[in-house]
Amino acid sequence: MLEAIAFYGLAALILGFGVMVITARSAVHSVVFLVLNFLAVAVVYVVLGAEFLAVIQVLVYAGGIVVLYLFVVMLVNQKRTPEAHHDPHRKTGLGIMLASAVLAEVTAIVVYTASAPSASPIPVSSPVVGGNTEQVGWLLYTDYLIAFEVASMLLLAAMVGAILFARRMD
Amino acid sequence: MTSMGWLLPLVQILIVLNAVLIAVTYMVLLERKVIAWAQSRLGPMRVGPHGVLQPIADAIKLLLKEDITPARADKWLFTIAPIMSLVPALIAFAVIPFGGHARIFGRDVPLFIADVNVGLLYIVSITSIGVYGIILAGYASNSKYPLLASLRASAQLISYEVAITMMLVSVIVTAGTLSMVAIVEAQLHNHVWFVFVQPVALVVLFIGGLAETNRTPFDLAEAEQELTGGFHTEYSGMRFAMFFLAEYANMIVVSAVVTTLFFGGWLPPFPNVGWLAFLGWIPGWMWFLVKCFVFLYVFVWIRATLPRYRYDQLMRVGWKVLIPVALANLFVTAILKVWL
Repeated sequence: MLEAIAFYGLAALILGFGVMVITARSAVHSVVFLVLNFLAVAVVYVVLGAEFLAVIQVLVYAGGIVVLYLFVVMLVNQKRTPEAHHDPHRKTGLGIMLASAVLAEVTAIVVYTASAPSASPIPVSSPVVGGNTEQVGWLLYTDYLIAFEVASMLLLAAMVGAILFARRMD
Repeated sequence: MTSMGWLLPLVQILIVLNAVLIAVTYMVLLERKVIAWAQSRLGPMRVGPHGVLQPIADAIKLLLKEDITPARADKWLFTIAPIMSLVPALIAFAVIPFGGHARIFGRDVPLFIADVNVGLLYIVSITSIGVYGIILAGYASNSKYPLLASLRASAQLISYEVAITMMLVSVIVTAGTLSMVAIVEAQLHNHVWFVFVQPVALVVLFIGGLAETNRTPFDLAEAEQELTGGFHTEYSGMRFAMFFLAEYANMIVVSAVVTTLFFGGWLPPFPNVGWLAFLGWIPGWMWFLVKCFVFLYVFVWIRATLPRYRYDQLMRVGWKVLIPVALANLFVTAILKVWL
């Protein structure tokens, strides 16, 4: 019961902050709402008992990425008036197409999971006992090793790319 | 546990919150006194004997002062920036173990609010949220100097966070756990304070702690000579005080973390040496507070001793010295952990 109240309250907050992100007038306000959104998501993880994920959510998304984002937003041109939103390069048709594709996908997922027999959650056959930090670590380095390594290669490529760009400057 | 089980955490939170706020105000007095002595002055002497009531006078003054919001400021952000900087500093205390378990009124009461299994990561992530207060304060003030100061502060915090987090990983590898309570217990079971196992980590962590709390020699964000104050230049009254409270509360957090990770938290010195067992008669939370106090004193001592770094020096120390040292330390720790 309490869990349901917490979940629906948080879900409302997440959606509310999400709407604020796209409706806020100033880009910096949007970023602040994005932080609040991420924090609310972290609280959902805590309610679900995934403390490790919650902390990583705060550390990586709310703490790390958004700080960089805020840097960019603050350093780019801030004198954008509402008239400037009429961007001649804006591709409205493409935007609508992508948005409706995502909407269709989400609807399909919801319909599928609602109709499918309740699948048991992925069995965690982890031999380690302890908190979910150990569990997550064990899963990452056994069952999901390939996905994990691919993701780390992606990050490495991004890092090398960034360094390359920075070197070319001088 | 009776049906009043939910009451205990509330009481704990109330006690810790008030104790921290009082400690923070008296930290200001300690700082003024110690710096005064270092400079052959007396420091505050007028309010109460030897100025002991000075913090209370300061608090009343700050509460009564006019609270000004600049006309061109971003009102909403200007209001929430001090909150965003103070709240993370205070909720970080939720996982700090002030002691083990104590028997109070015949029941077993833990002397910490929560013992989550990701305690140390929780502190890292919470303190990384504190940066927003500084960035937003600088931006919302709509004024040149605060903006420059907040950019400096955030660049500094982000750079030093990397080295600190890597060093924390070394400690985690040594202790084999992320829980603050379990880290202290690991020091008891290994019969050694981790300062003797990870001395390099202590040094880097403390330097990083100085940078994270914007203290001398890394207080570039508050360089009065260049920036007329810092990111809080446009703030007055209680909102200004909230930034100050946050800074000092962060200092206490750093001291408490260093105490917990390296100096055995609430354990007395050398708990396994027979003839020193009488030290165990002093309650654990007192040991914890004494050790914390030593580090807070070191913070002030460093401020009284060292000049400020130049900005490029600061960045060079962070990226070219501390991070490689942290990486090497982690590497060596991991190898030793596997082989020994």
